[in-house]
Amino acid sequence: MQVILITVLVLGAIGVVGAALLYVVAKKFHTHEDPRIGEVESLLPGANCGACGRSGCHDFATACVAADSLESLVCPGAGDAAMKRIAALLGLEASVATPQIAVVKCGGSCEMRPRRVRYDGIRLCSAENAVGAGESMCGYGCLGCGDCVSACRFDAIHIDEATGLPVVDESKCTGCGACADACPRKVIMIRSKGPRGMRVWVACSSRDKGAYTMKVCKAGCIGCRKCAGVCSHDAITVNGNLAVIDPEKCKLCRKCEAVCPTGAIRTSNFPVRKSDCSV
Amino acid sequence: MGTTFNKGGIHPAENKTAADIEDVELPNEVTLLLSQHIGAPAKAAVSKGDRVRRGDMVATACGVVSACVHTPISGVVTKVDRSLTPYGYMADSITVKADEADHCDDEVRRKNVEPCRSIDELDGLDGERIRAMVADAGIVGLGGAAFPTHVKLAVPKGLKADVLIVNGAECEPYLTADDAIMRLCPDEIMGGIKLLMRAVDVKRAIVGIEENKPDAIVAMKRAAACCGVDVTVVPLKVKYPQGGEKQLIFALTGREVPSGGLPVSVGAVVQNVATARAVYRAALYGEPLMERVVTVAGTARPGNYRVPVGMGINELLKVAGGIPADTGKIVIGGPMMGKAIETIYAPLTKGSSGILVILEREASRQAVMPCIRCGACVEACPMGLEPYLISTLSRFRMFDEAEEQKVTNCIECGSCSYVCPAARPLLDYVRYGKATVAERIRQRKKKCEDK
Repeated sequence: MQVILITVLVLGAIGVVGAALLYVVAKKFHTHEDPRIGEVESLLPGANCGACGRSGCHDFATACVAADSLESLVCPGAGDAAMKRIAALLGLEASVATPQIAVVKCGGSCEMRPRRVRYDGIRLCSAENAVGAGESMCGYGCLGCGDCVSACRFDAIHIDEATGLPVVDESKCTGCGACADACPRKVIMIRSKGPRGMRVWVACSSRDKGAYTMKVCKAGCIGCRKCAGVCSHDAITVNGNLAVIDPEKCKLCRKCEAVCPTGAIRTSNFPVRKSDCSV
Repeated sequence: MGTTFNKGGIHPAENKTAADIEDVELPNEVTLLLSQHIGAPAKAAVSKGDRVRRGDMVATACGVVSACVHTPISGVVTKVDRSLTPYGYMADSITVKADEADHCDDEVRRKNVEPCRSIDELDGLDGERIRAMVADAGIVGLGGAAFPTHVKLAVPKGLKADVLIVNGAECEPYLTADDAIMRLCPDEIMGGIKLLMRAVDVKRAIVGIEENKPDAIVAMKRAAACCGVDVTVVPLKVKYPQGGEKQLIFALTGREVPSGGLPVSVGAVVQNVATARAVYRAALYGEPLMERVVTVAGTARPGNYRVPVGMGINELLKVAGGIPADTGKIVIGGPMMGKAIETIYAPLTKGSSGILVILEREASRQAVMPCIRCGACVEACPMGLEPYLISTLSRFRMFDEAEEQKVTNCIECGSCSYVCPAARPLLDYVRYGKATVAERIRQRKKKCEDK
């Protein structure tokens, strides 16, 4: 009986001393955190993708609460609606960001760009890129091992097995740019989503001369400048055998798509043309 | 019993057949890549339509770490443009085409080289002159890494070399090019060693040769005995990677190069035997580096061929008897550290020490099994690293931890992958981790400098 009593008393005393210590420490080292930081953070996706330029969602929320205006603070992952709610919570004006999206600048599908050699190393684009030009021998195109897929925190990019190329899921992509950073060949570009998702872009990254590009890939940009010639908005420049469309200047007329001899210029989300229907 | 390095190492099948050197007929066209060495690519010094003669410099070194390029054939420059490299990329190059008269003339000049200096004059050259001459001759390390030799010979300020180490280990299986050079022209190598010793200002040189090359050891010992300077020839135990720079320094001097340090920080400068010979020929005949000895294996007529730089790999393979139908892989360099190529329609470079044709059944990788933590890779690693751990850290992108594990010390010898009973692609992941960590260190340094 006595043993139990002593045990209880000793443990009880330790408990009391510990509680007192904790109380003192809690009072002395108390830091006040604005409760709004937690509220703002709960409105964010919580993916810590870093697309806002901060080290994570908590850091972004802290910056929002501390800021006088939300002008330079935009979370591409949360979208406009969530940014408006954050602005309302903080009594500030939300800045409207142009929605961004990842676009794959390679059209070298298995059919268009036959595989000439076999790579049997580890399935990592960065590893394959280091040993050679890749299975198709295009030194600029997508390697298809999926470094972008593992970099995406929104499950928005996947490799299409039929083409061997990554496909971006528009409903999920936030334009955070993690895939573009992960790509060792910079095949993925982050650009504006375009009105109702309508975009025109060059699905090729090859800066090799046209003759060589044609040899390795039927869908590559050969730098023929036809698109630049037909563009009436001065939106296309051809530099180093590769056409680049400026999304700011492009008026979505699609004349370039029509003249491209290799089909390297791609469009998305355009309504079906009447002339196409009648055929 | 020969000396050796202290940690790890493996014993792959040697597969070496001693062969003499056969001169390959000069081709009618060569494509000279401007980046045949480690460092900045050379800058073209000729333009389309120019006439060049064998031995002319066609591209000049650009920057501190770079080497110039010379043409091995006379003729007309037909292209200064991008062309295919063996690894499938396009890179800047110069193409020279010879006609019949050029070809005959070149073959005659190749056979009858005239000394441009007397032996006495050679002995009178000082270190600075020798380094400048090496740079002008475009000499790079011929062991395979192709690091510009004149850069290696310039000992950084504040450091002092006291020994020249000459690498005749040739530890890679199949390769016998250095063996052939040591057997057939030991005096030229010895002459080169004398020049190199003066270039780095040392009084002592050690030549390390693996014991599986007894004839080379005898020939080199004989040449060393009558060369008049302090050159020791030391037989080394047959163990891969005996020819690794840090391994060789330890085996021959007992000194360990600190992590991240240069060999010269322990007073050693390492040069390959073929490089030493190239230096001698550059000094005596004024002959720039435009030809090298390449071991060809796996073809109908394997052997050692003296090949002009810039010759197509396909042409060399044709001379060597063509490739078998069931070829799985063609590798430039040795089977351990060499790189598989993507096309044979690309030129040879100064760094191509061997062309190995590997059959499909030997080239394919085995099925990867889980790691059983047997530790074979740890025992095999000549740098004392833990490959199973580093490869896993790299695979899961834990690069900070990989850096702590000294991934940057890896010499990419491939011993870990070779011994792994589970056939895990250890080196693939380690190399990936090493490249990423090296890049992160560079970024960090840059950030510090910007501040």
